[in-house]
Amino acid sequence: MSDIVLEARDLVKHFPLTQGILFKRQIGAVRAVDGINLQLRRGETLGIVGESGCGKSTLARMLVGLETPTSGDLFVQGRNMAKVGGAERRRGRRNIQLVMQDPYTSLNPRMTVGDIIGEPFEVHSEVLEKPKRRARVQELLDLVGLNPDHINRYPHQFSGGQRQRIGIARALALNPEIILCDEPVSALDVSIQAQVINLLEKLQKELGLSYIFIAHDLSVVRHIADRVAVMYLGRVVEIGTEDQIYENPTHPYTQALLSAVPVPDPKLRGMRDQIVLTGDVPSPANPPSGCRFRTRCWKAQEICAQREPELAVRQSSDHPSACHFAEVRDVVHAQR
Amino acid sequence: MSTDVNVKLDALPGLDSNALPLEVKDLHVEFRTRNGIARAVNGVSFSLRAGETRAILGESGCGKSVTAQAIMGILDSPPGFVTGGEIRYRGVDLLKLREEQRRKVRANRVAMIFQDALSALNPVFTVGFQLGELFRKHRGMSRADSKARAVELLDLVKIPAAKQRVNEYPHQFSGGMRQRVMIAMALALDPEVLIADEPTTALDVTVQAQIMSLLAELQQERNMGLLLITHDMGVVADVADQISVMYAGRVIEEAPVRDIYESPSHPYTKGLLESIPRLDLKGQELSAIKGLPPLLTDIPKGCAFNPRCRYAKDACRQDPVPPLHRVAPARSSACHFWKEVQADV
Ligand SMILES: Nc1ncnc2c1ncn2[C@@H]1O[C@H](COP(=O)(O)OP(=O)(O)OP(=O)(O)O)[C@@H](O)[C@H]1O
Ligand SMILES: Nc1ncnc2c1ncn2[C@@H]1O[C@H](COP(=O)(O)OP(=O)(O)OP(=O)(O)O)[C@@H](O)[C@H]1O
Ligand code: SF4
Ligand code: SF4
Ligand SMILES: [Mg+2]
Ligand SMILES: [Mg+2]
Repeated sequence: MSDIVLEARDLVKHFPLTQGILFKRQIGAVRAVDGINLQLRRGETLGIVGESGCGKSTLARMLVGLETPTSGDLFVQGRNMAKVGGAERRRGRRNIQLVMQDPYTSLNPRMTVGDIIGEPFEVHSEVLEKPKRRARVQELLDLVGLNPDHINRYPHQFSGGQRQRIGIARALALNPEIILCDEPVSALDVSIQAQVINLLEKLQKELGLSYIFIAHDLSVVRHIADRVAVMYLGRVVEIGTEDQIYENPTHPYTQALLSAVPVPDPKLRGMRDQIVLTGDVPSPANPPSGCRFRTRCWKAQEICAQREPELAVRQSSDHPSACHFAEVRDVVHAQR
Repeated sequence: MSTDVNVKLDALPGLDSNALPLEVKDLHVEFRTRNGIARAVNGVSFSLRAGETRAILGESGCGKSVTAQAIMGILDSPPGFVTGGEIRYRGVDLLKLREEQRRKVRANRVAMIFQDALSALNPVFTVGFQLGELFRKHRGMSRADSKARAVELLDLVKIPAAKQRVNEYPHQFSGGMRQRVMIAMALALDPEVLIADEPTTALDVTVQAQIMSLLAELQQERNMGLLLITHDMGVVADVADQISVMYAGRVIEEAPVRDIYESPSHPYTKGLLESIPRLDLKGQELSAIKGLPPLLTDIPKGCAFNPRCRYAKDACRQDPVPPLHRVAPARSSACHFWKEVQADV
């Protein structure tokens, strides 16, 4: 069996921009995800970082099948999801589950915790016969560190961290091999965040899960990820092992991002080589020509406006980076 | 429309220009709700010098914003009530002032910026009008003069093409720019104290870095006291001079920034610092604080942290609450066993 459990090839999602109420005309498109190639290997955690609006959630939603790609291909365990039959597609989908950011809005307030966690069995009723479901839900509650006796409680009776555990239990219900976490701890306080990260790592070990972990907190991603992809305006601009990205970033955007993270150590104050970017992220409906980062890049040359840099390994580095002038720069980054 | 150009600040009772710009003493705030009394602030004290940055650090619901709202006099009341304490601006107890005097202090001397800039700005007026109004109302300036000042202010907070953008509406600005506009509004009347409640929490790190460096620059220029409310220990390490750590409505540790990070003297502070992911802990379990913060309607007896504390002993589960006491020059902790905590590395 292949070692690659999930693969995206040239994945694109454009949202049409329309004008007019009665007769909608398309006047353009938000290029939320604009040609992404990714591979997720068995048992690994791939971190995805990037600023708000760069397309992380849209990518995640395509990967779990909640959003249809405008173009491109998605392979689950080597099977092209667009080309297989209905039954096999369902099995593929079952294998990938999503944990969402907001523990306050992602759970239906009128359903009991038992019904929420058991809901996937209603959709995929072939997985487990009805009489066995309650016991399975209690087992799942126990697995994520909640009291199995609380199966009849409602979401509002749980704290944020506990609700995130409920979301994780629901994602695990169908025994998936791949879990996509879209900002799973962003809404939580640090002390609670640590509890949830520990839980995710424990589950990965015990169940052999593969994770895609989306977050904007770079130190959390560094802690949990084996490999990291950095996104900017719908594209991956740099990808590598956690070490390569954090120790030897070669794309100016990655460098700026890392250098902007405040270090939780007052002794290092003022010692950081901080790159303060000017300007805002351009609109994804109208990305700059050539390199999309060029409007904020301090290294930009003429060629950057003319030719889009390929995501490729260049002489100056050991991992793929989408910059014509990729080179290692040492930034004091997220951690000691 | 009332104009308070006439309320004279130098006529405030007890004003002493040598006193600290802000001093909070034993502040108590409670919310009287259907589910009981939520004791949101339970005896908070701290002071702020000119030019100093004090961070108020703590987890969600510990009373940081309520403390700020009480200082500003913008508490949601009812259900919120200040039930005790003093809030002194240059010696004047703000809690004893008439509302119009208070409003004057709020606009001119002690200003505040919020996490969510969009909800703090009025969507139906241009940014220039909202900024200009401050000068018209508080300084009695003409329309033309106040507009010119508005442009200057937008320039000051580094909004490009300020002359044009002054005529735009808040929704036409990005999140980071709106935050700049709010900073401009807060600084318009040259306050001595700026309270910033999670000013960058909703923003991306690159924008956060821009805003924090802007704030630091303006603070230095004006020798302003900055009360920075946050739960981000990276930001605190980067900009704060002094820290007050809050838990369940109390300050449980207070110290200069370096001391706190080097040798926390309260188990809660220690727990917070240990739960930050660190490079040398890669692949290991993070050390999380067990359990959850208490409900403010039902704060545990004795030390409020005792159900989650790994140092807790019998004394911690009984009243009295451990008071915030001096453990070294300029350092205080509200833990009975702070020595043990400090020694434990
Ligand atoms: N259903 C939609 N229709 C139109 N535009 C959309 C839709 N969903 C997302 N977008 C746009 O696509 C872009 C990418 O959005 P996405 O939510 O994927 O970003 P993100 O990286 O997850 O951001 P964040 O960090 O804020 O969650 C944004 O410009 C967003 O406004
Ligand atoms: N308008 C209100 N009505 C009732 N209770 C309130 C109100 N505002 C605040 N509280 C109570 O006061 C407590 C402290 O709230 P506060 O907003 O100060 O928390 P915080 O420390 O600022 O948290 P966060 O980090 O989430 O902003 C809350 O737990 C809440 O119970
Ligand atoms: S390709 Fe040019 S503009 Fe893009 S990141 Fe590299 S140097 Fe900057
Ligand atoms: S007083 Fe007791 S319970 Fe409270 S922090 Fe100190 S050791 Fe822990
Ligand atoms: Mg998102
Ligand atoms: Mg708050």
